[in-house]
Amino acid sequence: MRYSLFNIIANGLTGQRFSSPAWRQVAPKPAYDVIIVGGGGHGLATAYYLAKQHGVRNVAVLEKGWIGSGNSGRNTTIIRSNYLLPGNEPFYEWSMKLWEGLEQDLNYNIMVSQRGIINLIHNDAQRDVYVRRGNAMIVNGAGARLLDREEVRSYLPFLDFDNARFPVKGGMMQPRAGTARHDAVVWGYARGASDLGVDIIQNCEVTGFLRDGDAITGVATTRGEIKAKKVALAVAGSTSRLAGKLDLKLPIESFVLQAFISEGLKPFMETVFTFGAGHFYCSQSDKGELVFGGDLDGYNSYAQRGNLPTVEDVCEGGLALVPQLSRVRLLRQWAGVCDMSMDGSPIIQVGPLPGLYLNCAWNYGGFKATPASGWCFAHTIAKDEPHPLSAAFRLDRFRTGHLIDEKGVGASPNLH
Amino acid sequence: MLIPCPYCGARDSHEFTYRGAAVGPRPDPARPDAADAFHDYVYLRDNPAGDNAEYWYHGAGCRSWLKVVRDTTTHEIKSVTGAGGEVKP
Amino acid sequence: MSRLSSGGFIDRSRIVKFSFDGKSYSGHPGDTLASALIANDVKLVGRSFKYHRPRGILTAGSEEPNALVSLRKGARHEPNTRATMVELFDGLEAFPQNVTPSLSFDVMAVNQLISRFIGAGFYYKTFMWPASFWEKLYEPIVRGSAGLGTTPNVPDPDHYEKASAFCDVLVIGAGPTGLMAALTAARSGARVILADEDYLIGGRLNSEKVTIGDRDGAQFSAAVAAELVAMPNVKVMSRTTVFGVYDDSYGAVERVSDHLAVPAPYQPRQRLWRIAAKHTVLAAGAIDRPIVFDGNDRPGIMLAQGVQTYINRFAAAPARRMAFFTSSDGAWVAAFDAADAGVEIAAIVDARRTVADRLLAEARRRNIRTLLGGAVTAAHGSPLKSVDVVADGKRERLAVDGLAMSGGYSPNVQLACHHRGRPQWHPEIGALLATDPPPRMKLAGAANGSYALSACLADGAAQGAEAAVAAGFAAKTVALPRCQDDPVEVQAYWHVKDTAHFAFVDFQTDVSVKDIEIAAKEGFIPVEHLKRYTALGMGADQGKLSNFNGLAIMADITGRSIPEAGTTIYRPPYTPVSMGALTGHHRAKDFRPTRLTPTHFWAKRLGAKFVETGMWLRAQYFPRPGDKDWLATVQREVTAVRSSVGMIDVSTFGKIDLQGPDVGKLLDRVYVNTYSTLPVGKARYGVMLREDGMVMDDGTTAHLSDDHWVMTTTTVNAVKVFSHLEFCLQVLWPDLDVRMASISEQWAQIALAGPNARKVLEKIVDDPAAVANEALPVMGAKEAKLMGGIAGRVFRLSFSGELGFEVAVPARHGEKLAEAMMAAGKEFGITPYGTEALAMMRIEKGHVSGPELNGQTTVADLGLGKMASKKKDYIGRVLFERPDLTDENRLGYVGIVPVDKRNVLRAGTHLMPLGAAVAVANDHGFVSSATQSPTFGHAVGVGFLAGGAKRIGEKMRAYDPLRGGDFEVEICSPYFYDPQGERTRV
Repeated sequence: MRYSLFNIIANGLTGQRFSSPAWRQVAPKPAYDVIIVGGGGHGLATAYYLAKQHGVRNVAVLEKGWIGSGNSGRNTTIIRSNYLLPGNEPFYEWSMKLWEGLEQDLNYNIMVSQRGIINLIHNDAQRDVYVRRGNAMIVNGAGARLLDREEVRSYLPFLDFDNARFPVKGGMMQPRAGTARHDAVVWGYARGASDLGVDIIQNCEVTGFLRDGDAITGVATTRGEIKAKKVALAVAGSTSRLAGKLDLKLPIESFVLQAFISEGLKPFMETVFTFGAGHFYCSQSDKGELVFGGDLDGYNSYAQRGNLPTVEDVCEGGLALVPQLSRVRLLRQWAGVCDMSMDGSPIIQVGPLPGLYLNCAWNYGGFKATPASGWCFAHTIAKDEPHPLSAAFRLDRFRTGHLIDEKGVGASPNLH
Repeated sequence: MLIPCPYCGARDSHEFTYRGAAVGPRPDPARPDAADAFHDYVYLRDNPAGDNAEYWYHGAGCRSWLKVVRDTTTHEIKSVTGAGGEVKP
Repeated sequence: MSRLSSGGFIDRSRIVKFSFDGKSYSGHPGDTLASALIANDVKLVGRSFKYHRPRGILTAGSEEPNALVSLRKGARHEPNTRATMVELFDGLEAFPQNVTPSLSFDVMAVNQLISRFIGAGFYYKTFMWPASFWEKLYEPIVRGSAGLGTTPNVPDPDHYEKASAFCDVLVIGAGPTGLMAALTAARSGARVILADEDYLIGGRLNSEKVTIGDRDGAQFSAAVAAELVAMPNVKVMSRTTVFGVYDDSYGAVERVSDHLAVPAPYQPRQRLWRIAAKHTVLAAGAIDRPIVFDGNDRPGIMLAQGVQTYINRFAAAPARRMAFFTSSDGAWVAAFDAADAGVEIAAIVDARRTVADRLLAEARRRNIRTLLGGAVTAAHGSPLKSVDVVADGKRERLAVDGLAMSGGYSPNVQLACHHRGRPQWHPEIGALLATDPPPRMKLAGAANGSYALSACLADGAAQGAEAAVAAGFAAKTVALPRCQDDPVEVQAYWHVKDTAHFAFVDFQTDVSVKDIEIAAKEGFIPVEHLKRYTALGMGADQGKLSNFNGLAIMADITGRSIPEAGTTIYRPPYTPVSMGALTGHHRAKDFRPTRLTPTHFWAKRLGAKFVETGMWLRAQYFPRPGDKDWLATVQREVTAVRSSVGMIDVSTFGKIDLQGPDVGKLLDRVYVNTYSTLPVGKARYGVMLREDGMVMDDGTTAHLSDDHWVMTTTTVNAVKVFSHLEFCLQVLWPDLDVRMASISEQWAQIALAGPNARKVLEKIVDDPAAVANEALPVMGAKEAKLMGGIAGRVFRLSFSGELGFEVAVPARHGEKLAEAMMAAGKEFGITPYGTEALAMMRIEKGHVSGPELNGQTTVADLGLGKMASKKKDYIGRVLFERPDLTDENRLGYVGIVPVDKRNVLRAGTHLMPLGAAVAVANDHGFVSSATQSPTFGHAVGVGFLAGGAKRIGEKMRAYDPLRGGDFEVEICSPYFYDPQGERTRV
């Protein structure tokens, strides 16, 4: 059912008589052309673009819990394309472009809000690094602005400009960046994919793979075996667990990233910003809560919960920049399990086994990548070859040395 | 999280620095397949949901590198030993 | 006034003045803001989030969803504060929130009229046309109505601190259960912490009229508390909320001064506790659940426990004529207490058909009408004027100004869910109980579904004893006092069927039954989808009152049982925690430590301008009167070094002392170049790699004596390199006999540079001959006595490209050394210089530094490939040889100069072929460091270019659109100044 003003009024007047499920509630069929394991934003976007761009509609998305229960529903909702390296930036910029048209494409308001993001600059060396990145963004058509201290003040007047341990010297801004309503992205893609014939099956956990020699021919699930010509994994956070069932070792370690919200406050923070000398980033949601985060909890974890030292560290970062938050209360903390890769960049791959397709290693940055990840992964699955925009995300880059290490910290996943 | 350092006793995890999975030993650089061996050593991880052997450095304590076996689903620490045999007194 | 003439734990001898919404009131010490408002007949305290419905006080506890007020003004302004948790103090000022323009008249209440169109999920279906209007039009409207309280606009003047505590048994909740648990564990000898969020110990014992032994409940709790406080092994922490259960640690916040207008001198406002407990008893009690019916949010409707608390504890009657709507025995007792206090009881409406004879007899005794099998179907008036009641098919309207409700209890299992254990449905008590609590936590009493007082006391004592035993103590049995043993019968009852638009499930987020129906129709049926689609449980109360009802109603709608519908977990914090408490003292300038160099105060006296370098503050430059600007200062400093002599503190470099017979071997394995052959008395520049083949750090290491070496690292990598070496020694090669220590803090090190550097040095060392050109050649290193017998070290190193030395002395002599150099150099016009001049000279010289050692470069990329030994293994060698890392078209190190020398070259500029389109494919490299060289009179830069040195001589476009730079440059060797190094050899 298409959402329109008429439809909303009609439903309001009739007690929601015309409401229908946002996506079809279906049981799994015995076989599909493509099975996508993982009903998060990436998996659902992949299904949507497979159906829409490539006409592949005999597709199932299998989700072990409820769709969006992984990191799609556990992030800080920031979207941006402010990357440096040529392997990354064109991909993320394509994602940004897809975000910009996604509501009309999906007929679903995912509340893309291009309120801008400012990376704060605290010293000259940092400015040089940001300028290099900002110039790369401009070359890639992503847009960037270098702000001086007073320009930063005009956007973020509440920052501590007078007494900060690390004074704010300026900022690098991507005006087109912003936020999107994370759950709605999942629901919007699910609804769009379902309308195109994709089966979305919740409470269906993949417990193993059907094999014919090396080749993957389907999956074993808690709801029975399902055959498929192609099996695609989009299970960030659980990638190593599933790959382990195929005896695949990947360049990934799983870490927990916490996110936080404050109690609802009248809006005072229009622009998203990140602290350049501590670990803190923050936006204010349309409900008035401050949504913020910081560093990973720095040890391997699948626990989906974080520890107190990180909470304290993040709040310290917050108050270092915005001291008036002192009497504001933290309302809730939660945590997602991130596939942290050995160079901090993702993997989109045909194989490495016949019939298998990998989409993983999104580190802590998967949300913003959702549209382009789905777009490129759908292409990869449909055409059996990498999409040019994600070609650098190949698995063998660790063997060849063609790494995409934005931060330059090397094979220390928790430091990316 | 409290880590029972074999030299200092149970200490809060913020005294420690985490390195990652306790992979090793470091491959012999002279072996003919050294490139593959180092690739696997540096990059590939079991990344288990369950017991994980990992290196922690007690930098704000006795400066020992420790090998900790910890359940990554519960954070329960199963064992802690010196990472490379005994630390010299 | 609704203050009762007697009773309550308030100090009637004293009056406390306060104001709410601009009006002045008075209360007594012992009151909360909520109880004082009730005592002053204030019914309307806030407006709801979405529909701006008028709301009153619903509870007497931290679960309060309605009575959120802004407390205090100015810098101490505190939004979203629960009036039920605020202790009254003299001069307290509180303000309603989310009112446009006022509490009594709110224009946004118009939202109620369109509620049928703006139910769950409506945002997702609209505001999309036309595309560009979301940010421009719709979102500003949505944001305009967002949020509740406002953020203070000035920094908080109060302090916060952090503390750690350790105990054998942590008891959370100091009601009957917790008191018995703490007492039993404490008498067994265990170290006990008893924490409670309230300021008055006793929990429900202060709210209910009970007899324990020969005392009333409050006397009993006071006696137990007194005994506990007197025991040396017990810490009783009131006003302390345990908010989170983490690994081996509980987070708690103690509200040290929130009950005061201003904290006492040297006292924090709040204190964050990290509590390490061997075992824990969670005795957090249980709270009433609201019942969902039309108009159940009207001011005057309250939970039964709250009514009982206000009457018994605060002697404040919430209404004159009340009805009770319940499905549990507890509300009956509350009704009796209300009646006994003089409140007229219109009826007790119980959804159950049968109720204990004991209760019916008590009701009869008080002439209270009872309606069994009945329901309240609607409430009218704001504040409440009447309720519609149905029983036995008969409908009537009762004129009341108060309604108490209880649809059963929700045990406070929140903390037990913090390790993601999911509560499970227990139909026998109609509640969710924690069956999978965190390690070493047990639940007891009402929090575990035991509601009868006798059961709570017994369970508390048993769990306290068990915890003490588990912690290694021999349990002492505590005699259980006699008390009421009446069973507390409960039937879960959540929903009066067939409601209209305003039957609220979540008061704080304005979620009604209609919203849940929409979610069900649209497939948002799993409980987490329900929460996210409707915002159920997303408010500041985290769904303490609403989650159960929401999921139960969804179960009803979808025809499933509660276990089939699924339950939800709670996340930390239990109640919201101020960010100030979580931050403690790490604020403003104290956010991170500030490291000062040994010559900091000397430099300060000379007027140095300082710059943050990581944690360090370093002298950036030393302005003098007459310098036009900072650039002129820095250029003057450079010129002074190049023409005579200058000095700079380089103590921030990491310094590592290495001793033992195998140091040479270790260095051979961690550096790309060879050290084992380095003679005593010499230093060598080295580069070390990570195992993945990228450069990790560079620096010089000197061989001081047979078994004694000293290494320097870059400032930023000092800690990283040290732990890396420890890893090498402890894990990779434990057979190597090497001891090491960080001496970064112990040694001050000052560089002397310039043609006159030796002349200055000769005046400082006790034996000038020791630093002669032959005695201390280039890269020489030796120990030497300085300034009259101080044992120091002298290295002949140059970062500037001039004749240079670095002189090290114990850190306490650093300032003396600086002053000695200044005095000795006076005749040569010695010039102190800072990090800017240092950087300027190293760029002129072409040395790589931080911007080049960015973790993305190999030793070959840096033009140092020849240093890498082919004869030995070293960390990083194998992976450095990967094909893409040795590709000749990788970004390689080059020099860059503008063709038109007037152009200012800046770091971050990209390099493109001349005449090529601006495109990713034409983006060939970038400038990593650049400076306005006084030596050459124009800009020079270094950077990285695809193909590296083989492109020297090529003209390129320097493209810096971010700052509007766009001009022609020439690629050249990065070694601009004295490439043969002749100036260092004199």
